[in-house]
Amino acid sequence: MTATGMYTPKPGAAPLGRMIATQAVLETKMLLRNGEQLLLTVVIPTLVLVLFSSVDIIDTDEGKAVDFLTPGVLALAVMSTAFTGQAIATGFERRYGVLKRLASSPLPRWGLMTAKTASVLVTEFLQVILLTVIAFALGWSPHGNPLSVLLLLILGTAAFSGLGLLMAGTLKAEATLAAANLVFLLLLVGGAVMVPLSKFPSGAQDVLGLLPITALSDGLRDVLQHGAGVPWGDLGILAVWAVAGLALAGRFFRWE
Amino acid sequence: MEILHPPVCGAGGEPRLGRMRSEPVVQVHALVKRYGTKTAVDGLDLVARAGVTAVLGPNGAGKTTTVETCEGYRRPDSGTVRVLGLDPVRQARELHPRIGVMLQSGGVYSGARADEMLRHVAKLHAHPLDVDALIERLGLGGCGRTTYRRLSGGQQQRLALAMAVVGRPELVFLDEPTAGLDPQARRGTWDLVRDLRADGVSVILTTHYMDEAEQLADDVAIIDGGRVIAQGTPEELCRGGAENTLRFMGRPGLDVGSLLKALPADCSAAELTPGSYRVVGKVNPQLLATVTSWCAQHGVMPEKISVERHTLEDVFLELTGKELRA
Repeated sequence: MTATGMYTPKPGAAPLGRMIATQAVLETKMLLRNGEQLLLTVVIPTLVLVLFSSVDIIDTDEGKAVDFLTPGVLALAVMSTAFTGQAIATGFERRYGVLKRLASSPLPRWGLMTAKTASVLVTEFLQVILLTVIAFALGWSPHGNPLSVLLLLILGTAAFSGLGLLMAGTLKAEATLAAANLVFLLLLVGGAVMVPLSKFPSGAQDVLGLLPITALSDGLRDVLQHGAGVPWGDLGILAVWAVAGLALAGRFFRWE
Repeated sequence: MEILHPPVCGAGGEPRLGRMRSEPVVQVHALVKRYGTKTAVDGLDLVARAGVTAVLGPNGAGKTTTVETCEGYRRPDSGTVRVLGLDPVRQARELHPRIGVMLQSGGVYSGARADEMLRHVAKLHAHPLDVDALIERLGLGGCGRTTYRRLSGGQQQRLALAMAVVGRPELVFLDEPTAGLDPQARRGTWDLVRDLRADGVSVILTTHYMDEAEQLADDVAIIDGGRVIAQGTPEELCRGGAENTLRFMGRPGLDVGSLLKALPADCSAAELTPGSYRVVGKVNPQLLATVTSWCAQHGVMPEKISVERHTLEDVFLELTGKELRA
């Protein structure tokens, strides 16, 4: 045993911005490296868009199929990343002690959450780029105010993140995996992503209309397909989900 | 054997690194922690100073709960905990950059590579160690592009250890750092702990391996049933209670009374079975010389002469009536 000086203490936290940035980069890398996650975030939305735009399977009311589908698929992309992907990844990070280990690092917990949000936003940005390029190739002609679209995407992300983190922080990892996938599938079918809400019985329509996926799909469709201004009703629904989900997640999230 | 409540460190031990004068790195007073109806920690007192402190005890003794309370993961139900003078829960932001934590398992993204995770933790600190040097030092270079979930158990342990020290902390918590390692990997971990100590890093390690505590620790706290039942240097703990023993064989019927007169006052001597003799006391080179010279004077050839040192294992058994790894 000799003193090498290699380990001589010199403690200190990195600057907060650098910690959050490096955490966001790692989170994004982990997400993009995970095959199952890519299936949810890239492959399924792309397939839905390409398949149902080019093959006349579903009745998309008036207009071109791609004009109907693209807003729904953008909503699906947000849900796949902010809700399903984030819930599953965070559930397993909790299970494998990653959240616990990071909780005793210099990165504060809110910093970790900020990094997760940044990672979700970066992933969504890449998804939106990919899906809009494909949609344009399929003849998409969007309308409306880009700011309204941005506002919907951000509130939708907040709503789905709150619900995803609530699930990840309270259920077992396997239960989160199963439930998040099930919810993804149900909302894909029942949330106006590719099936117009008008195809459902009127009683069901009232309930389905209150879901965050429906509010996001319909809001985006009102703006992008029909050139509406600010879809306040849908924004309001998303805001309620966001506040409730994030508050419940903040209250009940367990780190280990 | 002194039963210490509250424990006093290092009294009478050989001087090491001036630890008598140093401030405690960890102070736990009357800690109580319950999970539901089960009391995991039951009024525990512990003072750890600079150097290596081993927290020794069987599974379920309360080691991990105690250490995780020090790391800020758990709030005490009652009692106080100070680490580097700070409250681990309320002053976590100040404390966390100064400590390194090795969890008993996990702590790494299953899809991350070893070097990637280590570089990440390094980036969370202001003055981290050279990551390549640390990878080299811990033999993690061979992990290449393998992701965490495919690393061997030993590689996962070493990565967790590397993550605990990469931020150049003042104090490192290692929760059973060698559990399940092969002997060679264990020695590697022991060497690292010795290097940390030599460079002035304090270490709190939990273990249920006696030899680990004896090899590494300046100070040992023995925990059972959620309390510290004894604390001291390994030498102090082993010296107390049952004394050490010297045995030899000779011809039957030697004059034990005469032998006893030659020995120091606090020793005892007896012929256990014809020709089998036992001396109990503070066994040191001087005592051995005294016994052999008495034999020489009496024309006795001592055969099978042996010295049995009291180990921490014996101490533990005496204190608790339990095997440590039962």
